[in-house]
Amino acid sequence: MMEVTQKHQLQKTAGQVRLGALEAVYSGKSGHPGGSLSVADILTYLYFAEMRVDPQNPHWPERDRFVLSKGHTCPALYAVLALKGFFPQDELKKFRHPGAMLQGHPDMKHIPGVDMSTGSLGQGLSAACGMALAGKLEQKDYRVYAVTGDGEIQEGQIWEAAMFAGHRKLDNLCLIVDNNGLQIDGRVNEICSPYPIAEKFAAFGFHTIAVDGHDFDALSNAFDEARKTKGQPTVIVAKTIKGKDVSFMSDNVAWHGAAPNDDQYKTAVADIEKVLADLK
Amino acid sequence: MIHSIKKATRESYGEALALLADENQDVVVLDADLSKSTKTDLFHKKAPERFFDCGIAEGNMIGVAAGLAAAGKIPFASSFAMFAAGRAFEQIRNSVGYPHLNVKICATHAGISVGEDGATHQCCEDIGLMRTIPGMVVLSPADDLETREAVKAIAQYKGPVYMRLGRLSVESVNDPSNYHFEIGKGVTLRDGKDVTIIATGLMVSRALQAAEQLEKEGISARVLNIHTIKPLDQELVVRAAKETGAIVTAEEHSVIGGLGEAVCSAVCEACPVPVIRVGVNDVFGSSGPAATMLEHYGLTAENILQKAKEALTKKK
Repeated sequence: MMEVTQKHQLQKTAGQVRLGALEAVYSGKSGHPGGSLSVADILTYLYFAEMRVDPQNPHWPERDRFVLSKGHTCPALYAVLALKGFFPQDELKKFRHPGAMLQGHPDMKHIPGVDMSTGSLGQGLSAACGMALAGKLEQKDYRVYAVTGDGEIQEGQIWEAAMFAGHRKLDNLCLIVDNNGLQIDGRVNEICSPYPIAEKFAAFGFHTIAVDGHDFDALSNAFDEARKTKGQPTVIVAKTIKGKDVSFMSDNVAWHGAAPNDDQYKTAVADIEKVLADLK
Repeated sequence: MIHSIKKATRESYGEALALLADENQDVVVLDADLSKSTKTDLFHKKAPERFFDCGIAEGNMIGVAAGLAAAGKIPFASSFAMFAAGRAFEQIRNSVGYPHLNVKICATHAGISVGEDGATHQCCEDIGLMRTIPGMVVLSPADDLETREAVKAIAQYKGPVYMRLGRLSVESVNDPSNYHFEIGKGVTLRDGKDVTIIATGLMVSRALQAAEQLEKEGISARVLNIHTIKPLDQELVVRAAKETGAIVTAEEHSVIGGLGEAVCSAVCEACPVPVIRVGVNDVFGSSGPAATMLEHYGLTAENILQKAKEALTKKK
């Protein structure tokens, strides 16, 4: 278990990440708030408690790597990277604007801290496997983290990559499934059910952990367990709420890929600020 | 012919890769269950710890190659052209092309000369697919020497490369005594003033045969060997258009999207002259021995010869 003060700090940071993600989508008048809010705590934990990174040296060869395979939820990743100091917070306001650094989906060529360009669903885990394989080849101790959506694992390439990771015993690879239960057309179990998720990955040779993806104690234990797991990759199936902490977005598929208007944005910010205030 | 080596470019590729194993420790090789055919097994024997068979999963293979490149390795990923450029097109486009990663996609069994396996395996679209990706270098070497030099060059070059290789043994066309390979630079194999034949891959030897016959008939044909389809040697092609006034292109690929269209684009913008394309005429292939198939689809010296004469009649 982590210390209470650290947990409190992570919760506060996660609130700032949610505000940053919403600011980006609101400013860009487009983007994906729902999944950004569901993945916010996971990304906060990774960058502020788990991963070895240096914002002053984003290409540091010894760094841990992160691949946001569900690239459309980059508003949350961008907010985390800005808070961590990879680039100025002001960039969030230019999200999806013509000529902006912060593209609609992650672009490793131009955004400090982005380790892989993603956006076309299903491709990120393969790239993460390649990075993990390179680490093994060079006998480096860096770890590779990847996040997929639960709808995303309908893509066949995820399972090609899972078979590869299991076969190659990539224990320096940790996959997190952001299991918010929703995809564009509806509930994942109604569209084309990916369940049971953990059992499928177990069959491909993964060590599996199920957690509440908004509980920092649970995330802390899960990532500790993943790091200690040898001889096989780990998947953390994180149960999350799409649109978490924004009243009208919570578990509402309509907010998968829509930007809030002025009034909605005010309400959303107020909702998150209330969550932050309640922490004190 | 200058000399007598007859070898499939896939064999030259495998042998060159095996040599690279010692020279460059960053080179890693991936395959998708076709290593005996793509000849990457030669690298496997040399450096088993740097060879990764990904199984029959080409999309994942390209993604893994992208990740390896992002971590500083120089991955060579091989499969048949159909499954590399075709099946994995979108992975190449988004995971390799867009981030401009240092991945070398070396695809064998391109074109009609796959032979007996038939249409499902005869990829005549790969050059077209790969050319459309921004920043992608597209190579199509013609013989043993050129393939070996190309492998060395792309290992040095930083950025994504697609290299097209063949199943069938092909004659040597380049002169080893003065050969120099440079990405983006065509090779003038024969000078001429009446017409230019611009060829790639196994069609280069047929272009030379056609030029010899044309000479006997009093027609002076220039022959350009274009091993780099992208970036095309614009200067060499436009100079040929200016100096000879008529062009025939020859490729073992669809007339849509390949060398022929690349040459047309270059010429029509800089120096419009008649261009006739020899290639697969927007049809699927079929089963049969490679030589028979090449003949059936008009990928012959005789067809190039006829088209050269036709091009001459269109000259102003």
